[in-house]
Order: sequence, then C-alpha cells, then structure tokens
Amino acid sequence: MTTKPNGSVIRISHLSKSYGNISALRDVSLDIYPGEILAIVGDNGAGKSTLIKILSGAVKPDSGYIKVGENSYQYLSPTKAIRLGISAVYQDLALVDCRDVVSNIFLGREIVKVGLLIDRGKMEKEARRVLDSLQVSIPSLKTPVGLLSGGQRQGLAVARAIIQGGNVIIFDEPTAALGVQESAKVIRLMQELARAGMAVVVISHNLHHVFEIAERICVLRHGEIAAVCSTRESQPSHIVELIMGAPQITRDVNFSGVQSDAAN
Amino acid sequence: MPQIRRFLLSWNEEFSQILLGLTIFVLAILLDRASPFFMTWENWRNILDQSALLVIISVGMTFVICTSGIDLSVGAITALSGVCMALALHSGLSVEASILLGLAAGAAAGLFNGLLISQLNISPFIVTLAAMSVTRGIALILTKGIPIYGFSKSFTWWGSGHVGPVNPPILMALMLALLGALVLNRTKLGYYTLALGGNEEALRRSGIANKAYKTIVYTISGLTAAIGGLVVTARLNTAEPLAGWMLELDAIAAVVLGGTDMKGGRGSITGTVMACLLLGMLRNGLTILNIPSYYQQLTIGLIILVAIVISELRLRNAPGHGNMMKED
Repeated sequence: MTTKPNGSVIRISHLSKSYGNISALRDVSLDIYPGEILAIVGDNGAGKSTLIKILSGAVKPDSGYIKVGENSYQYLSPTKAIRLGISAVYQDLALVDCRDVVSNIFLGREIVKVGLLIDRGKMEKEARRVLDSLQVSIPSLKTPVGLLSGGQRQGLAVARAIIQGGNVIIFDEPTAALGVQESAKVIRLMQELARAGMAVVVISHNLHHVFEIAERICVLRHGEIAAVCSTRESQPSHIVELIMGAPQITRDVNFSGVQSDAAN
Repeated sequence: MPQIRRFLLSWNEEFSQILLGLTIFVLAILLDRASPFFMTWENWRNILDQSALLVIISVGMTFVICTSGIDLSVGAITALSGVCMALALHSGLSVEASILLGLAAGAAAGLFNGLLISQLNISPFIVTLAAMSVTRGIALILTKGIPIYGFSKSFTWWGSGHVGPVNPPILMALMLALLGALVLNRTKLGYYTLALGGNEEALRRSGIANKAYKTIVYTISGLTAAIGGLVVTARLNTAEPLAGWMLELDAIAAVVLGGTDMKGGRGSITGTVMACLLLGMLRNGLTILNIPSYYQQLTIGLIILVAIVISELRLRNAPGHGNMMKED
C-alpha cells in the first residue's frame, strides 16, 4: 500500500452506507491527491458508485466524514460538493437532451449580466473555448444534446465539470459507452487534467485503461477497501485476484471449466 | 417513412409559429370575406379583449407545461382570487390592498400546489386536480354560492377602463407576455424551467435547487391565474364563484397549439400568445357567422386534438425524452 505524507485534497474517513440490510460501503478511508489519477475498481456491487456518489453529494453516508481542505463534513449535497471544487462526470452524463450544448455546459453556472439576464454571447464564447481546449468537435452550440454522438456527449459532460471550476473531477465509467478512438480521447483528456494539477478519480471496469492512466488503484470488494496499490508496483493479475477476493477463482476464470466440460 | 420523420424532427417552435401565423392570416382573410364587420377595429378590440384573459392565464401555463407538468387548478384559482378581492373590497379595504390580497391568494394556492408536487413528488395532474376542487370549493363557501357584485369605478377600471385605444386587460396581457418571454428565454428561471422538463435529476446533480424552481413555476401559474381573476371580476363588476370554469382546458390548448411540448423541455410564449389569438379569432368568427356555440366547442376541440396529435408524433421522433433517433 502506498502512502503519501500529506497534501491530500480530500480525505475520506470511515465512510459507511447501507441500503436496508445490504451494506454498500463499510468503513472506507481513502486520500485523494492533486495531480494524480486514482482508479477505483471492483466487481459489480462492490460499492464504487456509492463511494463516488457520496463524494459528489448525490448520496448521504450513514457514518464517517469527508475532509475537504481544512473542513470536515458528514455529508455533501451536490451544491456543496461543487462549491468545494468536486465535480463529477456521471456514467449517464446527467445531460438535458432537449436543451442545447451551451445550456448543458453551463447548467447551474449560467453567466448573467445586470444580475438577471443570461449572457448568451459570453457563454457561447466560453463554451467554444473549453470544448476546443478539450478537442471536442461540436459544429453548432445550438444543437440539442440528444442529437450528439456518445463521444461528443462525454466531452460535453467533461466540459461542464471543467466550467464548474473544481480541483477534483470524478469520472464514472467514462469509456464504457465509447468506441476505441473516443476512449483514447477521453483517456488523454484525463491525463491532461491531472497534469494541470487536478485530482482525477476514475471508476472503470477496463483494467487495461486503468493500468494505462492511473497512478494508484483502489480495489473495493463487498463495500470494503481490499487494497490500495501503486500501479507501477502491481500486476493486472494481482488486481484481478483482489477484485475477485481469492487467487483460485482467477484460475477458474481461465476457461478451465470450459475445458473440463469438453473433456466430459 | 424517413421523410415524414425528418419533417417532424425539423418541426420546431419557429415552424409552429410560422404555421400559426399563416393560419391566423388565412382565417382573417376568410372571415373578412364572410363578414364585413370582422375587419373593423371595434371587432378586433373585442377579439383582443376576449383573448386577454386567456393570454394572461396561458403565460403561467406555458411555464408549467415546459417543466412537463400541468396545472388544472387555474380556472378555480381565477374564481377564488376574484372572490377574495370582492370580499376585501366589500369589507372596506382599499382597491390596491384588495387587489394585492387577491393576487396573494392566487400565488399562495400556486405555491401550495408547487410544494406538494416538488417536495412530496406527487404527480402534478393529481395535485392540481384536487386543488381545482378544493379551490373552487373555498370560493363557493366564501360566497355561499352567490355572486358578489357592485364595486367602485377605480376597481372596475382594471377590467373595462380605457388606456388609449385599448383597455387594461389587453395591456396587462401584452406586458405579461413580454415579461414571460423574457424570463423564459433569458433568465436562469427560464433555463431551469425548460431543463426541468428534460432531466430533473441532471439539475439536482448540477447543484441547482430543482424543487425550489419547480415550486416557483407553480406559484407563477397561481399568480397569473389570480391576475386573470382581477380581469374577470373587474370586467363583469361581479365576483362569480364559478368564474373561469374550464378555463384550464383553454389554457392548456393554447399552450400546446402554440408549439410547447406536453412533455416539457421546449416551449414558447410567442407561440402561446399566437394560439390564444387564433382561438379568440375563431370564437369571434364563428359567432359572427351565427354558428351555434355547440359547433364552436366541437371546432375548437378538433383543432386542439390535431395540435396534440402533431405534438405527440413529433415527440416520438425528437431527442430528449429517452426516445433517441434510431438509424433507418
């Protein structure tokens, strides 16, 4: 387990959350550092989504606290999370499909003049600037978002997170719905955000991507942290074992069952 | 049928408005041919005067429908706020104070709707259906079912006074429409109103107080209904507990006819105003042509049906409601 002495932007301490009888998270503690890409991996139901939803304020934890900067919080609301600099790019992207690109990028952050009227021109200029910097090509900013491609939509959601102006950005399965080229783009984008000093947290099922970009990997299993590993010091097979919980299971996964079936 | 689908997809608010404009134009020519009286200023002032009430109510209804909601209680709120104004006037309160009291009663009824819908997450249809009955009931109880009449000139001025060539209801309708269009298209409240109809959860996750905005929208609807109450009561010099009967249906019809999506996310005050004008012209024309009112009811019903069918067909092909465009 790698540790860094100090300088974390977020310190999660002893977070627990259960839904009825099912405990989704149990006593999870984790530090998040600026300029670093931290991957959170785990099987379905391991608690990854619950963890990032707590961070982005969408879900209230039952116990534990979140320290952001100098202050500790028992829970965050989406408003508070954004104010504290935590933005999330959700798996469903949380876009309003019937509204245009500009309205979506600035959702909740509209620029107003005279304290009241929306400054459309300024917003379009700024949206264009951010989209260009992300190399997301969207011909018209007036297009309803529902008509854009998966990659464009993902780019737009990232642009919104950047406009929100935080220093921590959370990606939930950013490449799950994308093709090869678009995935590569999103990966490059996350690397650039980290290089710019932002803390990047990414949930992914794709271990190949995880090893390509992350510096640390946090493995969740049954709502608990199984390990936090440095990418440089671990092997994908080791991470798979941690995700599955037992080394022999990973051997079974190696299609040995299929072979024995064939032998019968 | 990709051609039809492409056609429906390109059917946006602007297209609705062009179509409405053309219909108004053609109808005007036809009615002018049919009756020499139609194109007189006297008749047009009558049409505008009759449409003013519907415009006022429909501005609020446009906001509600843009959030993918509905407000069935506006007709009843119109009656209740008129009754409140009348009771206040007869109890000796000043005209200004009475009007403010009536408007406050309407806004409060809207606020109540909004709170139930947003905080308890109950369907707007159910909440406002109940509110329709409750509000009408209160208006009937307060008046014991008997209309209240006889107010001072300074009150009835609001319904039948003169401001240049027009009267106060026409001016109020115009001002409310301009204000409504400005708010819907150029303010955060308008942006969030439209976004609420698309994806409320996205607003919440972006840190927007989605429930508060939804509550505001229903309060606006209650307030515009109360302004309608002022118009009706002042015009007739009578507060009638059954005023505004079925007015909600006319307002919903005007909003849908104006190109606002029943499922929210897209809407236009300009379209709503044009639709109100069209409905007003149609009623006026059918009356001039001596067509019995039963046929008026039927004609207007059929027009609304056509508007809703077009709106529905278009929505099935439009992005933004979980029914993404599929490849041919």
